[in-house]
Amino acid sequence: MYNKTVMDHFRNPRNVGIIEDANGVGEVGNPLCGDMMTIYLDIKDEKINDIKFQTFGCGSAIAVSSMLTELAKGKTLAEAKKITNKDVADALEGLPKNKLHCSNLGADALQVAIKNYEDKKAGKIQPELKRKEEHEHSHGEKCYCPYCDVEIQDDAKFCEACHSEIKAGH
Amino acid sequence: MKTINLDHISANPILPEVKEAMIAAIQMDYANPSSQHTRGEQAAADLEKARESVAKLINCDNPKEVVFTSCGTESINHAIKGVALANAQKGKHIVTTNIEHNAVIRSLRRLKSMGYTLTSVSVDEKGRVNPRDIAEAIKDDTILVSVMHSNNETGTIQPIAEIGKIVRGKGVIFHTDAVDSVGVVPIDVQKLNVDLLSFASNPFYGPTGVGGLYIRRGCQVWPLLDGGIQENNKRAGTENLIGIIGMGVASDLARRHMTERIAHSAKLKKKLLDELPEYIDEYIINTHPEFSLPHMVSMSVRYIEGESVVLMLDDDGIAVSTRSACATGSLRASHVLLSIGLDHADAQGTMVMSFGLDNAEEDVTAFLTALKNVVTTLRNISPLYKKAINNQNKQLSG
Repeated sequence: MYNKTVMDHFRNPRNVGIIEDANGVGEVGNPLCGDMMTIYLDIKDEKINDIKFQTFGCGSAIAVSSMLTELAKGKTLAEAKKITNKDVADALEGLPKNKLHCSNLGADALQVAIKNYEDKKAGKIQPELKRKEEHEHSHGEKCYCPYCDVEIQDDAKFCEACHSEIKAGH
Repeated sequence: MKTINLDHISANPILPEVKEAMIAAIQMDYANPSSQHTRGEQAAADLEKARESVAKLINCDNPKEVVFTSCGTESINHAIKGVALANAQKGKHIVTTNIEHNAVIRSLRRLKSMGYTLTSVSVDEKGRVNPRDIAEAIKDDTILVSVMHSNNETGTIQPIAEIGKIVRGKGVIFHTDAVDSVGVVPIDVQKLNVDLLSFASNPFYGPTGVGGLYIRRGCQVWPLLDGGIQENNKRAGTENLIGIIGMGVASDLARRHMTERIAHSAKLKKKLLDELPEYIDEYIINTHPEFSLPHMVSMSVRYIEGESVVLMLDDDGIAVSTRSACATGSLRASHVLLSIGLDHADAQGTMVMSFGLDNAEEDVTAFLTALKNVVTTLRNISPLYKKAINNQNKQLSG
């Protein structure tokens, strides 16, 4: 199911752990979907000096977390803010179609952690952080059911053909 | 590295005697069982021989009550849609439970979109449905009740005979999905009080791609496949004779060896459950302690996710199954596990181990040893485990 790069990051995840005095922490996901990730940042001079992760999730989720921390470590905040979910998936040399939603965790958690750092710096009180649900049309103008490939309406919550629920961000 | 298969609920090896019979069948170059010439009649005779074997396995009155299908899912679709369509004049209400297999759920959803109404009865926290609740759900326009015999995610067995007595007593047609039970535990369609019973060949070491539907004589049900007159006009299409012959041989073997097979699995299951606490903590056993398939254990390991467990055990040469959202592709927790009261996070850590003829006691030990390492590794990565530890420490010091 997974290619060699993904399996490598799953079997030997990089940067697992916690940073005790992290100055940026980002938590995304929830057990309802089966994915949860926490990113810890140690930022010095606006650079990611150290980064660690904790993940509750499948093979994809763990691999994505690991790759993300590799991509982000040592980057300036400006560079890190540009890292997208697609970058992580590409660095892993691709994920199976039905696992792409797992890749959403990684970059989101990093951005939440960076924002946490910046808010703390600015003395802002953290509002409740919600996970971003982007509906990116990576497949042209039309929408397709991720399970049976039948064409569906843009905002469809349910596929008539195969009776599967459609999550946002398909 | 020796591979240990603890995922017999997903796929069983085909027994040597079954393979032999199927290879011989391939070499026979059978004619069409519907043909009028001698070769056709020979094919028909061998088809009926297989049918008799299967009929004996489930104790039908008449072998004609066994209809061969391509799989358990086809049998279920046939039963549910066939009864619904055939009895639409009488009513359009169907009763089922909240733990059924997707073949039942989606067939019913399809019917719902065509104007049928459903009542789904809940199981208790041990995963069993109360026959009285089924009785109460039956209305004047109820035409079908469908309750699964054993559940493929928890292994728990339902009180089918009791339910059947009530349902048929009210003049309503009763179907049971017994795909994981037939050939594994004793199944007697007379004792179970069923009108329709779906099953498949692979759970009792026959080939995949062959299943069966028991239809009690006189039951009002339309065919799923329209066409020729095969299967006594109940299921059109030239028969998969090679597969059916395999299923026939597997049926005979299952009947002959059922008691010892059950004893063999039960011993391994008991070893696993007894020794588990020596290896890991914080787990929930979902399988009913008394009414369950003898070879199956469903377990939710807290703070970690199922697919990652399966992948790591796979690296150790051990095959198990998981019901996590990611693994089943459903993107949400299993409806079955939620129905027995598991919370979402725990449901994601569900693994299913199922034993077979090829397993021995050392397989259990190897599995438990590997599992301990896998759980430790994954909990080390998991934010949920850290949270739980912190909470525990707070409580202890607080």
